[in-house]
Amino acid sequence: MAGSATFFEHVLLGRSSEDVSPIVSVLYSMAIVLVLYLPFVALLAMIAIWGERKVAGHMQCRPGPNRVGPFGLLQSLADGSKLVMKEDLIPRDADHILFRLAPYLTFVPVFVALVAMPFGPDLAFLRNLNSGLFLILAMLSVEILGVIVAGWASNNKWSIYGAMREACQMVSYEIPLGLSLLIGVMCAGTLNVLDMGFEQGGGLHTWLVFRNPFVFLAFFVYFIASLASNKRAPFDLPESESELVGGYHTEYSGMRWAFFFFAEYAAMFVVGGVQTALFLGGWNDPFGLIGYYHHQFMQDPASHTAGLIVLNVIAAAVFIAKASTIILVQMWLRWTLPRPRIDQVLYTCVKVLLPLACAILLGAAIWQLFVPARTGLPWAHYNPFRWNDLVAGASVLGVLVQLLLAFVGLAILLAIVMWIAHAAATAKTVRKRISEPAPIQLGVTPGT
Amino acid sequence: MSTFILAQQNTSITAALFYLFAAIATLSALAVAVSRNIVRTAVYLLFTLGSVAGLYFLLASEFLAAVQLVVYAGGTLILIVFGIMLTSRSPFSRYQPSRVEVYVAMAIGAILLFALIIGVQTGASSGAFGSSPPLTEQTYPVDRLGQALLGDYLVPFEIVSVLLLVMMIGAAYLAKARRRDASAQDATRARR
Repeated sequence: MAGSATFFEHVLLGRSSEDVSPIVSVLYSMAIVLVLYLPFVALLAMIAIWGERKVAGHMQCRPGPNRVGPFGLLQSLADGSKLVMKEDLIPRDADHILFRLAPYLTFVPVFVALVAMPFGPDLAFLRNLNSGLFLILAMLSVEILGVIVAGWASNNKWSIYGAMREACQMVSYEIPLGLSLLIGVMCAGTLNVLDMGFEQGGGLHTWLVFRNPFVFLAFFVYFIASLASNKRAPFDLPESESELVGGYHTEYSGMRWAFFFFAEYAAMFVVGGVQTALFLGGWNDPFGLIGYYHHQFMQDPASHTAGLIVLNVIAAAVFIAKASTIILVQMWLRWTLPRPRIDQVLYTCVKVLLPLACAILLGAAIWQLFVPARTGLPWAHYNPFRWNDLVAGASVLGVLVQLLLAFVGLAILLAIVMWIAHAAATAKTVRKRISEPAPIQLGVTPGT
Repeated sequence: MSTFILAQQNTSITAALFYLFAAIATLSALAVAVSRNIVRTAVYLLFTLGSVAGLYFLLASEFLAAVQLVVYAGGTLILIVFGIMLTSRSPFSRYQPSRVEVYVAMAIGAILLFALIIGVQTGASSGAFGSSPPLTEQTYPVDRLGQALLGDYLVPFEIVSVLLLVMMIGAAYLAKARRRDASAQDATRARR
């Protein structure tokens, strides 16, 4: 790969990091974070909240926000302005230092995890972060403390209940989360998020989720565990108190509350991004073209600057699209599934997901020992349409399983897309049927 | 930015960051000892542990820093906070240590600090803290860590796993629900 110079330095600064003084390097990094990552988080939260309300609306046969701007797109902006102008209210008996601290304790670790995500082959903030994935996991663990402190500092029974349940749930689900990530890491062979992306650059069948039937299962285990870790979808007991009261963020209003929701949507993106980077091929398109062209351009980076910029922008768009698809599925589940009790939630974690993850781990280890699979090499190294090239370096069984799993994955994706298309196509008739029911006939019981 | 600012490089940025993290760590630790509000001490402890993780980052061992955050900040500290919340009688219970306790603690602290300073000085002057080979721009490769754990240090690794297993069994036993006496059980069964 490109030594120590990343896209930001090489292309935008025009020189590698060796001839830059450390102070300038640090200031430059801070500027990148302020100018690129922080607005990205803010925009992400805005668009995600709009998306959530639209998805919720359409799933409940109503339009969602549609007054403020075209398709209600400016609704989040209006909400943001309202939140900024709200009164800063701190309960008199609350612990005012901890009350003020808690939103930042929740938001900052998630933001750090987001900065570590690989948006493109040259767009990672740190090229040599050899345990990047583990650091992201560590940051998601520190977030739990923010929630506990928020619940405690509010000096409110409901907040403490919500905070304790949430902490219990998040801490328990860290185990299947870590185990399923471990299975993916075992297959990838590295904790470096950039190297994972390069590993999956050879086309759809080299994506880690299709490499191995056990990693395929681990993907779903990770998805469920990440829902619980985000306090999302069927595991939103900490927020379910919002049907009654607000859980750990009851006493928060205005921008402090907004920080909690920035943290939640940023965490959804981080979790979706981790799934994308580790399982779904990162920034690679299904044809492996991005990996191919990146390999070609990197032979001589100085003369392909414009090409590299375009390639990285496309790669970032692909990454964000994949992570957004996962966010969309999370939102979809939220408005579909009912909510289990806390003991059912913990039962699922300890008695279902944990043994499953351990069994999958064993299976993946044995599979990897005996069946070498095709790794990701850009098309510069092999022609995927020739059978000998495709199977070289791997066993026939491995390649066949990869292709079969890729086919299954495509079929699932196609099914989802067609389901949504069908729902969109029949929306009008469903709405008509619901809003204008058949006239009641007296003396006739329904069903006869 | 794309390379870590390694401690071996001895730049002014490294020094500045070291002093920053060290200052936060010591001030937070002092706040832990001095503060009267129990939950606030837990939060100050979080800052201490976080700054120590920052110091590990400066030494280019970000795996250790991540482990510090996962195990201490994300595990031990949460356990401490749970313990505080489940056992405290009021939300703002305050420590009331007696004077003798404070003086004895200060004396012990001073003795330990003195011993630590003498130890560091002696070690630094005698060269016992030998310099490890300077790391290149790559940080510590994690697979070497794995190979060391399962190669040279296999026995301590297995012993630690057995120890963790024993602790889990002990915790599960201690947390097991106790049987009620027979009469209460019959009563509940009759009611159902």
